[in-house]
Amino acid sequence: MQEHDMSWVRTEMALAQPAPSSERGLTAWIRKNLIATTGDAILTIVGIALVAMILPQIINWAFINAQWTGPDRSVCATVAQGGIQPDGWTGACWAFVNAKFGQFMFGTYPIEERWRPIVVAILFVALLVPLLIPRVPRKGLNAILLFLVLPVVAFVLLVGGIFGLPHVETSRWGGLLVTLSLSFVGIAVSLPIGIVLALGRRSNMPIVKLLCVIFIETVRGIPLITVLFFASVMLPLFLPAGVSFDKFLRALIGVSLFAAAYMAEVVRGGLQAIPKGQYEGADSLGLSYWQKMGLVVMPQALKLVIPGIVNTFIGMFKDTSLVIVISMFDLLGIVKQNFSDANWATPQTARSGLVFAAFIFWLFCFGMSRYSMYTERRLDTGHKR
Amino acid sequence: MASQEVLREGPSRGSLINDPRVRGIFFQALVLVLLVAGVWWVTHNVIVNLTRLHIASGFGFLKGRAGFDISESAIAYSSDSTYFRAILVGFINTVIVAVVGIITASIIGFIVGIGRLSRNWLIRKICTVYVEVFRNIPPLLVIFFWYSGVLAVLPPPRESINLPFGSFLNQRGFYFPRAVWGEGSWLILVALLLGIAMAWFVARKARQRQMATGQPFPVLWTSIALIVGLPLLAYALSGFPLSFEFPKQSTFNLVGGFQVRPEFLSLYLALSCYTAAFIAEIVRAGIRGVSTGQTEAAAALGLRSGSILRLVVVPQAMRIVIPPLTSQYLNLTKNSSLAIAIGYPDLTATAGTVLNQTGQAVEGVVIMMAVYLALSLITSAIMNVVNARMALVER
Repeated sequence: MQEHDMSWVRTEMALAQPAPSSERGLTAWIRKNLIATTGDAILTIVGIALVAMILPQIINWAFINAQWTGPDRSVCATVAQGGIQPDGWTGACWAFVNAKFGQFMFGTYPIEERWRPIVVAILFVALLVPLLIPRVPRKGLNAILLFLVLPVVAFVLLVGGIFGLPHVETSRWGGLLVTLSLSFVGIAVSLPIGIVLALGRRSNMPIVKLLCVIFIETVRGIPLITVLFFASVMLPLFLPAGVSFDKFLRALIGVSLFAAAYMAEVVRGGLQAIPKGQYEGADSLGLSYWQKMGLVVMPQALKLVIPGIVNTFIGMFKDTSLVIVISMFDLLGIVKQNFSDANWATPQTARSGLVFAAFIFWLFCFGMSRYSMYTERRLDTGHKR
Repeated sequence: MASQEVLREGPSRGSLINDPRVRGIFFQALVLVLLVAGVWWVTHNVIVNLTRLHIASGFGFLKGRAGFDISESAIAYSSDSTYFRAILVGFINTVIVAVVGIITASIIGFIVGIGRLSRNWLIRKICTVYVEVFRNIPPLLVIFFWYSGVLAVLPPPRESINLPFGSFLNQRGFYFPRAVWGEGSWLILVALLLGIAMAWFVARKARQRQMATGQPFPVLWTSIALIVGLPLLAYALSGFPLSFEFPKQSTFNLVGGFQVRPEFLSLYLALSCYTAAFIAEIVRAGIRGVSTGQTEAAAALGLRSGSILRLVVVPQAMRIVIPPLTSQYLNLTKNSSLAIAIGYPDLTATAGTVLNQTGQAVEGVVIMMAVYLALSLITSAIMNVVNARMALVER
């Protein structure tokens, strides 16, 4: 008897019923996300109108009407402007970007020597990628190679003058090469300076503290252009007569000092977020100041402020475009310089070149910000409540 | 007690080298000596270099004749004016573009920021695309894009694009009717000021009454009536002194009206678009920082959604928003120095020209730095006052 009763007990879960039809599928999604209220519906219509107005124009311009290859300006100009396109044509002139691509990447770096920046770029990527992937081992060695060995190798390769490599003046560098090398060195130099400044600002020694505060607040209060002006017109006056430095180096000093002040504030934020008990704990263990900071406080503080550091890097990467005002040609500068090339001057040239440069900048900055978000999630070890 | 005394008074607990106070004094002295030596070395070099280049130091050069023209000036300026006046013109231009840019960027930023939190999927996506595009592009590139990519390829003046209200758009900029103030128009200004003062007074009284009796008063409508109505009344009473001068087509150019040059236009548009993307993110973070419990509690009290936003969410969001908003305003002011790249005569551009003409590099850079620092300090002082009024008053 009992056995028969037992057979009433279910041994398997009943399958879940599907959600009501009003709650699933495309219609439900549209109802919920696009036309929930009258106001929403109006907004949706406005939004669709906006997209319908802009998007086809952009696609037409950038892809359908665009000219991808061509020998000179005639492919990108209408008949009235002396070209081959029908009147009223508007489209991107990717032919211009195509023809000038080498310049956009390397500036006026001698063509037969361009393998050198390419080798540096390959080395850079080969060292950077494993550093960014958390699972790859030997991070310490990797970091040493990237931040200490690579700069030396890159310097020898790019500047030349030894090992039979012909010397290339920095005034011939340009394009993405300048953008990347300025920002990489700027990043590598400004982080340590920023850490020292942040420690100085939180130090107990009044004079050190005052000096750091003055430096940080002054630099943060003025635009980068002023700092670059300072580096380009005032630094030469500060040095003994006859000593002069390379323009590239001067820009580098300006950019690094500028970024260091911002970095200092980011790091200070991290230092303030570390509970006092950590400092006191380190003190009670008998650690010296540098041991305390290096082994206990900094590792925690830097981890906390990774997003801030990356944001500063992104800002600096974008700011390198300002070196144009002291007549150096980074990616943006070289694109702009090429507008005046009579062989390619058309109404579409400027727009196409700028959109190309914007795309490159966007790729780097967007990539960095996404990577920082990823790291933030990965390192999130419970500081958040 | 006694043991403490002994500890303090007793023989040193180690050598002098390990005493933190002694070390502190030593390192500070070292830093100071290095600094003084560095400053002395630099000053010495500067003096030697300047005498070698035959440049007299000091700010006396500011009284000299400038001898260069400035395309845009809010105050009277000619090439016969002094260097000081040239720099002043640049300073005023910087302030103009910064103020106008801050207002526009705030408006766009708040709209986009709220749009990113909209329930509407399409609006949310459009706003996200806007933010992600502008946040990741250098501001200088945005300026160039407006300048050489959009405004420079507009039609020439003879084929100007007609816009509403008798305004025109062409290669040389944006033209709109200029207001010509006739006799007695000062009355309008007085009426406007009076209206603002009265509106402020009414708002205060209304708040006091609501606190005391709980009876609300339609402050908004009264204020609008006062601020708009009084000037209109004055306008009618003083015999309609306002007229407009419209831009007109002539053979080669537009004549009359008010011209906004493409340099200003592109700088203004670019700075507004760029900074708005950052402001949008700040606004979004601010609104999300107010917990949903607050909104729900307000709804439970029976407030309407408009009142919830106005009385509960926004005041709390503003506390989160204002400090980073301040730094964005400062950034916009500092980024206005990019004007130099397209030839808008702002402070950096005019001071740079003066610097190049006179060779007074040290003084020129010092003037630039001092003015920007002062601007930054003033802006943050104002925003600190606003912040202090908004901040949470804790018991």
